[in-house]
Amino acid sequence: MIISSRKKNSEVYWQVIKELIYPFDADYIINKKKSIRRQLLENTSGMIKKKIAILGGYTTSNIKLILELFLLNYGIEPEFYESEYNQFYQDAVFDNPELDSFSPDIVYVCTSNRNIIHYPQMADTAERVNELLDLEYEKFKAVWEAIGKKYACPVIQNNFEYPIYRLLGNKDASDIHGKVNFINRLNIKFSEYAQSNDYFFICDINYISSDYGLKEWSDPFYWHMYKYAVNVNAIPYLAFNVANIIKSLFGKNLKGFVLDLDNTLWGGVIGDDGVDNIVIGPEESEGQVYSEFQRYLKEHKQIGVILNIDSKNDMENALAGLKHPDSELAEDDFIVIKANWDPKDANFKQIAAELNLSPESLLFIDDNPAERHIVSSQLQGVIAPEIGEPYQYLVNIDRGGYFEQTTYSKDDIKRNEMYQENKKRLELQASFDDYRDYLISLDMNAVIKRFEPVYMARIAQLTNKSNQFNLTTRRYTQPEIEAIAEKEDYITLYGKLADRFGDNGVVSVVIGRVDKDVCHIDLWLMSCRVLKRDMEFAMMDTLIHKCKERGINTVYGYYYPTAKNSMVRDFYLLQGFEKISEDESGNTSWRYNIGEKYTEKNSVIKVEE
Amino acid sequence: MDREALYVKLNEVFRDVFDDDSIVVCDTTTADDIEDWDSLEHINLVVAVEKKFGIKFNMGEVNNFKNVGEMVDAILLKI
Repeated sequence: MIISSRKKNSEVYWQVIKELIYPFDADYIINKKKSIRRQLLENTSGMIKKKIAILGGYTTSNIKLILELFLLNYGIEPEFYESEYNQFYQDAVFDNPELDSFSPDIVYVCTSNRNIIHYPQMADTAERVNELLDLEYEKFKAVWEAIGKKYACPVIQNNFEYPIYRLLGNKDASDIHGKVNFINRLNIKFSEYAQSNDYFFICDINYISSDYGLKEWSDPFYWHMYKYAVNVNAIPYLAFNVANIIKSLFGKNLKGFVLDLDNTLWGGVIGDDGVDNIVIGPEESEGQVYSEFQRYLKEHKQIGVILNIDSKNDMENALAGLKHPDSELAEDDFIVIKANWDPKDANFKQIAAELNLSPESLLFIDDNPAERHIVSSQLQGVIAPEIGEPYQYLVNIDRGGYFEQTTYSKDDIKRNEMYQENKKRLELQASFDDYRDYLISLDMNAVIKRFEPVYMARIAQLTNKSNQFNLTTRRYTQPEIEAIAEKEDYITLYGKLADRFGDNGVVSVVIGRVDKDVCHIDLWLMSCRVLKRDMEFAMMDTLIHKCKERGINTVYGYYYPTAKNSMVRDFYLLQGFEKISEDESGNTSWRYNIGEKYTEKNSVIKVEE
Repeated sequence: MDREALYVKLNEVFRDVFDDDSIVVCDTTTADDIEDWDSLEHINLVVAVEKKFGIKFNMGEVNNFKNVGEMVDAILLKI
């Protein structure tokens, strides 16, 4: 059942087919994959198209088919290249015109411990075991480096599940000849490669297989019968994990929680039972469950996921619950707290609006199925997962992969602080009559410079996440951003903005393509966290300076409307550009002639260029 | 379960796996009769049949079914 239909021309955030939301029924997905696919393909407008190459060490047919379903559900329409059986090495390392012309956006290397050829023998010396380890590692590394060099795209690589037998029993884990030990060491080498290479991501089969049950996961029946190194019944779990990595790479992670209070963050109903009688804390088993769940939620702040409350309670009671001595979460862990008697969907909408986020980027957690239903049915695309019993909340949310981390940037760590700082800015703003005086009082400092290596991850992330203040809504991967940064015929600018309340980090990105004495603005975006701060004028000033340095006399700007970026329809008009064309779908082109004398547009931000 | 009742359930499996509501299988049906029934789909079919009837085929059976009738014989022995 499609519970959210897509809006025309807008980018689909998640399509939200209920059967594909965790906890899903894997058997149902396997049996009905064709009809689910048909349903998902009914309307693909607003989806982003991506080319995904699967290089397999075993049969990958079903992995491809089910991965497609999960990707479509995330608003990503994939086109696949699939290697012949067990050709992952040959396809990557040797000349491959077919893959070259396919030109993948992502390569997924789907291998298993069945692809390890050189295991240690009992008589091998420690040096020999090290050699074997290197031999296996180098084989895979050659694959990754060939892909990185030829296609400059992200690589997703399965690590290894544990072996199906242990010759040495428990000692297999500690003895250098044990397969368990060998696989652990190989997995660590894979992880180390990931730590030093931004384009490389591990699909953690080692974890997923143990989560599923190794004996079932590696059932040899499927290997010997069909050359599947994974139980066919487990494929939805594998494909789901791969889809989560891909959706994260393309900026489709959710951004925060909207949480209920009674029987979600603590046991009992605070309005009826009183603060002294809610169930939380170490004294009893049920209270421990809620404490652990609260700690789990609180940890999310470290990865930039924000917490909000949507509760049917008096505000006074809600805050009293958070002040309970055993509460792990306190009032200031939350950005927006709505505790009143309005319908939850209305509050949810309000929370999203105050955060400048779209509702579907927030995950709704509530123990009450009726509340989940009203929120997910009233607000298109909002996910309200079934979370089970209190002791199951944590795992059911965690396995959903809503906040899968890939291009983790420093801004993610600081996001919660930033939202808190925003609150203070709003308070200050209220004390000024003149808006310009307020801006000056913020004491803003910007750095606007050509793309630099330390910011590539953040820049790529912004191009994938910004929907509202985004003139052309072009998406770029990190390798693409890096490639553009090196090209002479591009003017690239990132903008960082700090003020008296804190550093917002990189908030604006501009890419100008230079053609002789003309500059075309391919990309202009800004994070909504710095709306109405004149940052866009500071960016324009710097762009014009850079153009003048190169002898460019004309700048062309483009606006392509989507359902989300109407706020910048008149952006170029406000920047003093002249409209030169407009087509039926509202796409507009704009021109600006750089005269001798250019009047700076920004007067409130100090800029370092 | 008699053969006839079993066929009713088996037909549902075929219709799901091949996403075609017009499929009607009988003893003499083979892979040649159903367009999408190749070796890769055969895996999905076997898995789906096993799930539906709560049984597990052995390797020899999966490799040697000559037609749907033989598959039905094997299922009847297991349920």
